[in-house]
Amino acid sequence: MSQDVLVVAEHFRGRLNDVTFELLGKGREIAQALGGKLAVALLGHEVRSMASELGAAHLVYVADRAELREFIPDRYGAVVQIALKEAAPRLVLLGSTSMGLDLLSLLSARGGLPCLDNCTRLDARDGRVMVTSQIYGGKIFAEVVLPDQTTLVAVVPGTFAREAGQIAGAPEVRELALPTLLPEARTTFRKLIEPPPGDVDITKAPILVAVGRGIQNGENVPQAQELAELLGGAVCGSRPAIDQGWLPKTRQVGKSGMTVRPKLYLALGISGAPEHVEGMKQSEMIVAVNTDPKAPVFGVAHYGVVADALDLIPLLTEEVRRRALEKAG
Amino acid sequence: MNIAVLAKQVPDLVEGLEIDASGKALDPDSLRYILSETDDHALEEALLIKERVGGRVEVFSLEVGEVREALYAALAKGADRAVLAQTEGEVRLDNHTLARIFADLLGRGSYDLVLTGVRAIDDLDGSLGGLLAGYLGLPYVGLVRKVEIASDSATAIVEKEYPGSYAAELEVRLPAVLGIQAAEQPPRYVPVSRLRQVMKTAKVEVQDASLPEVLPVAVERLSQPEEGAGAAMLSGNPEEIARQIVDLLSERRLVG
Amino acid sequence: MTMGTFEAAPIPEKPGVLFPEIASAEDKFRTCLQCGVCTGGCPMGEVMDFAPRQAVKMLLDGRFGEVVESNTPWLCIACHTCATRCPRQLLISDSLFPALRAAVMAAGKPLDQDLQKALQNTYLYGNPMGESPRKRAEWAKTAGVPVPIVSQIKRPVDVLWIVECYPSFEPRNQEISRKLARILNALGVDFAILGHEERCMGDCEWLAGERGLFEMLIERNIEILSKYRFKQILMTDPHSYRTLRNVYPALGGRFVVKHVVQFLAERLSQLKPLLKKQMDVTVTYHDSCCLGRKTGHYDEPRALLQALPGVKLVEMIQNRESSLCCGGGATTIYLDRFIQDRVKDRLADRRVEQAAATKAEILAVACPFEPSRFEDAVKVTGQEGKLLVQDILELLAESMGLA
Repeated sequence: MSQDVLVVAEHFRGRLNDVTFELLGKGREIAQALGGKLAVALLGHEVRSMASELGAAHLVYVADRAELREFIPDRYGAVVQIALKEAAPRLVLLGSTSMGLDLLSLLSARGGLPCLDNCTRLDARDGRVMVTSQIYGGKIFAEVVLPDQTTLVAVVPGTFAREAGQIAGAPEVRELALPTLLPEARTTFRKLIEPPPGDVDITKAPILVAVGRGIQNGENVPQAQELAELLGGAVCGSRPAIDQGWLPKTRQVGKSGMTVRPKLYLALGISGAPEHVEGMKQSEMIVAVNTDPKAPVFGVAHYGVVADALDLIPLLTEEVRRRALEKAG
Repeated sequence: MNIAVLAKQVPDLVEGLEIDASGKALDPDSLRYILSETDDHALEEALLIKERVGGRVEVFSLEVGEVREALYAALAKGADRAVLAQTEGEVRLDNHTLARIFADLLGRGSYDLVLTGVRAIDDLDGSLGGLLAGYLGLPYVGLVRKVEIASDSATAIVEKEYPGSYAAELEVRLPAVLGIQAAEQPPRYVPVSRLRQVMKTAKVEVQDASLPEVLPVAVERLSQPEEGAGAAMLSGNPEEIARQIVDLLSERRLVG
Repeated sequence: MTMGTFEAAPIPEKPGVLFPEIASAEDKFRTCLQCGVCTGGCPMGEVMDFAPRQAVKMLLDGRFGEVVESNTPWLCIACHTCATRCPRQLLISDSLFPALRAAVMAAGKPLDQDLQKALQNTYLYGNPMGESPRKRAEWAKTAGVPVPIVSQIKRPVDVLWIVECYPSFEPRNQEISRKLARILNALGVDFAILGHEERCMGDCEWLAGERGLFEMLIERNIEILSKYRFKQILMTDPHSYRTLRNVYPALGGRFVVKHVVQFLAERLSQLKPLLKKQMDVTVTYHDSCCLGRKTGHYDEPRALLQALPGVKLVEMIQNRESSLCCGGGATTIYLDRFIQDRVKDRLADRRVEQAAATKAEILAVACPFEPSRFEDAVKVTGQEGKLLVQDILELLAESMGLA
């Protein structure tokens, strides 16, 4: 086993996902601390050109095959296993994403490798690698010291800085030695389903008023809508708000919804579970309102209020109106 | 179509969580357990499949918390069999251990499809479904929001969620394991009277399972976020707070 | 124009008849005259696929299934006008509609998610909001006066005050609860609350068709109440007040139960001298469905309001028995979106307009569902600044200098 770090690159619709760069930036730091190198496993079809974006790494293992054009969990898993055998890394980094989580679990079981998910902190010191994972809706931090063997870690997107992984460089590009015929995959890709045409593209709204379980029922959404309109923004929601039918899917912020970076994100009655936070944590200003002083959302917000969002919405609306009138008058 | 659903009990966040004296685990006395939300969706999806193509739905769980009630609720909703795994000695509740136990139990029957929630709030070591598929050598797709059984009953057509509301339609040859993110409709409601009726008439099967030898990932320490850590907390009565917030927005020229 | 006071339909003794399986209800419903008084008084009749009179006819014609599949089951707001006026005393809102809803649930059809969540939360936590029962007495910490918890004081009390879910957890109502605590304190009432042992007393569950949950709550609550010794139970929530008064006895829970307007009206001579502040306002009072039609407390709230110095009491066009429901009948607060999609104007808006027509400055209420509904309606109808919504307790507290 080397002291190398291997990042499994993730791309979608022809572009490398942000999480890949986040992992590269951190991975490079960890590799250096361990005295090893940073390698990347890049799987796909006609993806060789992406290697030039992976300058933060020393080495890129490429598996470029038609059968790898689309993400198929088992097939990608089999190929990454080949990369693991070749690289024998100390640490494997994946995004805690739709693709990454599938790979994490399959690789761990098939390869007999320990794994960890929901990582929001990663450090290496004196040859030890420490991971902090956030679980229980973000309410508990679990600190783990990784065992001294190849370990897989899935990192929550948005945890590390993307820029640290976007440095220029000329990594060695090495073709992964794959069998001529890849093992038969029992899963095949049929088609990509596009998001439904939405009334509003929340990724373009400068201000977002976000509602979560804390607004209690769908009847309270129009109030939030009124406030959003006054502010020149739009309403969005966490997954529970969409699941309850209060808002359409196009308004969902978080893991399987949208990632947004508005000037203002007003989180009303949102607890701040990691799946949601990852979709909004890069907002310029986050103001969170929640009745629970221990709500994880206060860890990511710039300003917080322990209060009932339902109380505050009409008062905010009134105050915003008053200011507008003052300014006009 | 034989469908197995794996259900996990997880701590109920409404009741609050407390860390025990060792600092490495949650205090079990402080916990109240409920069925993991995505497992409820997995059960709902299984029942929808059964309604469409016929077959059997069997629910498996481990003896934790109010699990018997959750199993009776599953039977009340239309599941055909509920199995409770019992092991000698205390079970670590990590997913690797659970996956081994369920792999053992499922091996005693024959299933075309295994559904389980793709993530639970207490997941630390990967997804139960993915691990199970790895151990059983079965195909796996996670973050599934729709399952359709093809007319040949030998494949399932599933929709896998991606960010930005995209999804991939995949065809999976059965038998397979699927990690469910959401069922096609919200989990159905069980009237209490029906639940009580089922509790009197139905049976939950108990099966012995051997404790697997799994090297756990050791938790050094659990901690909770400090109250308001990170955010600058505003205080005052609601009107004052509203004013402070609008002041902040005004400073940034976001309003007024 | 008042309609006169009809006798509230008597609630039968046996639980089986309270919530009959539809087969046995048919016998009773066969006496229906098809007179249409129910539809005539039903505020939602126009938007229902099948208004009450027709729904009964279809039940008798063996077309119950069609009614189950229509929008009818979910549009009843449980104002009980039909049940109150029916010449045959058929419990339409009380038994037909819950039976329709139960049929929808039994068929495994999807429910409105807000309603389903409310029911699931009530089952798990004893309140529809999904709050931990341990936080049920949090509101009392800032009451400004001691609010004893009966399990802690370990002695008999005069009055066991059952606070209920909304008054315990909903901020607008928590304020009203605190004011009542101060009023009781000023009157020297020996009272205590259940605190974390309190659970929903039951009403919405029955109306939602969840008989099993309803009975489960009652059984459990009777067990808890039996642990303590008290002379009477005091309540502010008319819905659960009605349940405790009319339904619990049939299931073994016989208690002396009073609604707060009744309790305070009984102590009017003690209360009056404490009402020091001149109010100088015109007030109109909204009779809530459960406090009015269902339990007949029309005079006590008016007596309390008239005891306030400088108050002029005026009546809305629909008052007492003919009072127009605010639309928040126990389950319908969870069905608001469903209803809103189907009605042109909300009942609460219509009611507020009736209040405004009296030129009153204050719309007085005595039910926890009302303050926020009417306050919303005040904004929507442009009455902001002209009409203030106040619970009777808030007005009393103000006059007593306890606000």
